[in-house]
Amino acid sequence: MPNHQLTLRNRTRENFLFQKRLLVSIFIVCVASLLLVSRLVYLQIFQYNHYTTLSTSNDIDLHPIPPRRGLIFDRNGLLLATNRPAFNLVITPDKVENIDQMITRIKDILPLNDSDITLFKIQLDQHRRFDQVPLKLKLTPEEVAKFSVNRYLFPGVEVKAQLIRQYPLYNAFAHVIGYVGRINSQDLANVDPTNYAGTDFIGKVGIEKYYESQLHGTVGYEKVETNASGQTVRTISKMAAIKGEDLYLTIDTALQIAAEQALSNDRGAVVAIQPSTGQILALVSQPGYDPNLFVEGINDQNFQTLQNDQSFPLYNRALRGLFAPGSIIKPFIAIEGLDEKATTPSFELFDPGWYKVPGTEHLFHDWKLDGHGWVNITKAIIESCDTYFFDLAHKLGIKNIDLILQQFGFGQLTGIDMGEELPGNVPTPEWKLVHRGTAWYPGDTVQVGIGQGFLQITPLQLAVATATLANRGKHFKPYLLYQTSAPDGSITKQDPSEGDPVILKNPKNWETVINAMTKVIPEGTGYRFGQSKYSVAAKTGTAQLFSVKHDENNPNKVIPIRLRNNSTFIAFAPVDHPKIAIAVIDQNNTTAPEIARKVLDQYLIKERNL
Amino acid sequence: MIKTLLNRRFQRQESGTQYRTLWQLLHLDLPLLIGIVSLITFGFFILYSATNQQFSMVEQEIIHISLAALIMVFLAQIPPHVYQRWSPALFYLSLFLMVVVLIVGRIDKGAQRWISLGLFRFQPSELMKIAIPMMLAWYFTQHPLPPKLKHIGIAALIILIPAFLAAKEPDLGTAIILILSGICVLLFAGIRWRFVISLFTLITTSAPVLWHFLHGYQRERILTFINPERDPLGTGYHIIQSKIAIGSGGIFGKGWLLGTQSHLHFLPEHATDFIFAVCGEEFGLFGSLFLLLLYLAITAACFRIAQNAQDTYTRLLAGSIGLMFFISVFVNMGMVSGILPVVGLPLPLISYGGSSMITLMASFGILMSIQTHRKLWSQ
Repeated sequence: MPNHQLTLRNRTRENFLFQKRLLVSIFIVCVASLLLVSRLVYLQIFQYNHYTTLSTSNDIDLHPIPPRRGLIFDRNGLLLATNRPAFNLVITPDKVENIDQMITRIKDILPLNDSDITLFKIQLDQHRRFDQVPLKLKLTPEEVAKFSVNRYLFPGVEVKAQLIRQYPLYNAFAHVIGYVGRINSQDLANVDPTNYAGTDFIGKVGIEKYYESQLHGTVGYEKVETNASGQTVRTISKMAAIKGEDLYLTIDTALQIAAEQALSNDRGAVVAIQPSTGQILALVSQPGYDPNLFVEGINDQNFQTLQNDQSFPLYNRALRGLFAPGSIIKPFIAIEGLDEKATTPSFELFDPGWYKVPGTEHLFHDWKLDGHGWVNITKAIIESCDTYFFDLAHKLGIKNIDLILQQFGFGQLTGIDMGEELPGNVPTPEWKLVHRGTAWYPGDTVQVGIGQGFLQITPLQLAVATATLANRGKHFKPYLLYQTSAPDGSITKQDPSEGDPVILKNPKNWETVINAMTKVIPEGTGYRFGQSKYSVAAKTGTAQLFSVKHDENNPNKVIPIRLRNNSTFIAFAPVDHPKIAIAVIDQNNTTAPEIARKVLDQYLIKERNL
Repeated sequence: MIKTLLNRRFQRQESGTQYRTLWQLLHLDLPLLIGIVSLITFGFFILYSATNQQFSMVEQEIIHISLAALIMVFLAQIPPHVYQRWSPALFYLSLFLMVVVLIVGRIDKGAQRWISLGLFRFQPSELMKIAIPMMLAWYFTQHPLPPKLKHIGIAALIILIPAFLAAKEPDLGTAIILILSGICVLLFAGIRWRFVISLFTLITTSAPVLWHFLHGYQRERILTFINPERDPLGTGYHIIQSKIAIGSGGIFGKGWLLGTQSHLHFLPEHATDFIFAVCGEEFGLFGSLFLLLLYLAITAACFRIAQNAQDTYTRLLAGSIGLMFFISVFVNMGMVSGILPVVGLPLPLISYGGSSMITLMASFGILMSIQTHRKLWSQ
């Protein structure tokens, strides 16, 4: 007898239980129904007047109020990015039966080119049905008048005053501030789309992108009553938009423009930093471009021109230009050499014009074919003697070299508040094994000693390292945001951010190297700088390759530019309490020292009366 | 003549059953059928208005309903003992399909609710809406009622595993429906009230934990439900618009096809989830109450079938189908009138859309089968 059922079912009892539960269900149904009924009675009787008002033959429209984008100023309050009012033609898709027809009819009255229409169609997909989508920007007063007179023919289309971003200084700040452009679905995926209702623009590059959330503000909305032709009759309620924060950058405009003009038609980059804080005083990448072109949606022709320009104006050389530094790296190698006792201030080496790694036959040539004769470390820096540094590098070994270079920030991101930077490369034996498939040779080490070989840095890193050197080891993270001004007027200043300092075993080594650098201009390779009223510590150099990585379109394509006439230059001044540290790369000419001179003069003489 | 046809008595003695009227011959339950037909007819009028008089959409809906009706009639022919025997198999099949959907969906870009079967898309979670009550009903007939704790434990697994899979898709609305349908069966099975109370306490105390698991947009829905004005351009828009629509309908409504809110801003939701707003606007309080009455009539017909059912399986199944039907009506109307958060559940038999219609009509078919396969004497 199967015993899986120990108790017999009492069917009558089960049925009775069920009937009870059925009653419970009926009770639940009644209560719920009553709830619904009372809710309906509430809405349709008690609130009838209220809701009828809201839905009279006039339509209720919800208009988003886009917030005013924050302005951008330089450290002295000079305007760098602003919003200018413009009249734009906008369409609300929800109110238009056939958009293509509507556009054709609009063409009869206003000029519309194909790129306008294409851009509009793209925007259409990315907006909601009841958003207003711009069709044509910056109507002239005549066009505004012409449309307004005929507006009754175009329900769902209207002229709207909107703010358009403008950069009064055109190219000068293109590589710092970047630009805003028309918002697309990719952009919308990264933000809260409701906050961007009614906003057509979003930061795409540079500061505009990095600080987008502060600059944008918060959307507001107004509930308006509109009549049959869509005109606002009255405002029912309004929630004001909160404008974006105004940003003050650390850049000194006069300095930025001086650097831009000093570079003039040459390709290159200038980065100037305030050593005591890490604030960036100037950041220039030439050639630049006019960011205003991008705001409205740059037309294809202009964009192709910019993209195909072999000088790569869209490429930010200051943050992304990778080059093997050359002689400019020598002071950093020298510091390590002294500190690790691979050499001493008085040690002298004879330079015949070449160097051989002990035990090998390969000749490494000095730039001066017949050599510098007997050199100590000071003379080696002043005259930029390659042989001395080949020897020093060999004695130090790649591990020590890597260590000091990394401590000065090479091979890593600087952390600048703009993003978009490249870390460069401080080569290690492991790196070479992975990327080149071969072991590390002593010849590789000595190459790094004079800043060639696999070492790759950016102008920004160079400037930061120079600033650290100026500080005798104290390292500040470079930053561009000086302070922000909130809508309520309160100012929040950005504090400097100190990183890990470079600590020497013997601090006197700083002075040995710096002293040598002060003599580079009067006695050495830096003569082009000329004599200045203020004391300067400097170093000259020649970059081997300036490679431009086009990650966006061709991830693996690196275009090497062979340079013959080029120059690099680092300096800080005054030597004892440095106020400015600078790195200059000039790809076309030997004039880096002169460029640096102009910039330093501007800062120290014109502005600070030194 | 038609009357005589309808009332012609067919005398047949076959394994104890007697067919008496045409309706019983077809295995259709007349009261339920009348309720359904009335509701669907009224629904067509509302739909026609909600789609801005696009008859093509109404046509589509007629096709959906016809297909669903065929399924209903077909299922009504199958005697309940067949359903009882195949309940576990159906449940396991649905479970399997839900897992397949999740796996396949991962390969597809995010569309994790459908399996494409060539001509049409099939949603396994819809199948699960019938499969869970059937499985639970089957399970509870294995043991005497009221169910003990371990039975409830197994029942909980039967409910929660599919619900969990649904939530993973993610389809929180369906997951909740699945859980509710399971709870209905438990209710009818006679779960002791102390279990209910402890379950309720468990849910309320774990609410903060559950909040953590909600996606951003789901939290948005709940927060906006509490205060729709906080997001008038986003998720609050529908609630605000539908309250205006319903409220401005007043007692008598604005008249068929004359609703302004639903037309000046055409939103597809007006034909699907929010269609009740159109009814409220155009037919007023009278229309809304009339609609509610029709739904109550159908619910009553379902409960009548449950009461007349002759064994545990059929009772449980019939009762829970009826109660769940009413609950889905209540959830939708509550959402549209603003007393419940927006959960994206359609108004049964009226909202545009085929998938839920089929499931619903299928369950009505099962109900009719239960009613019309009764033996004249109880076991």
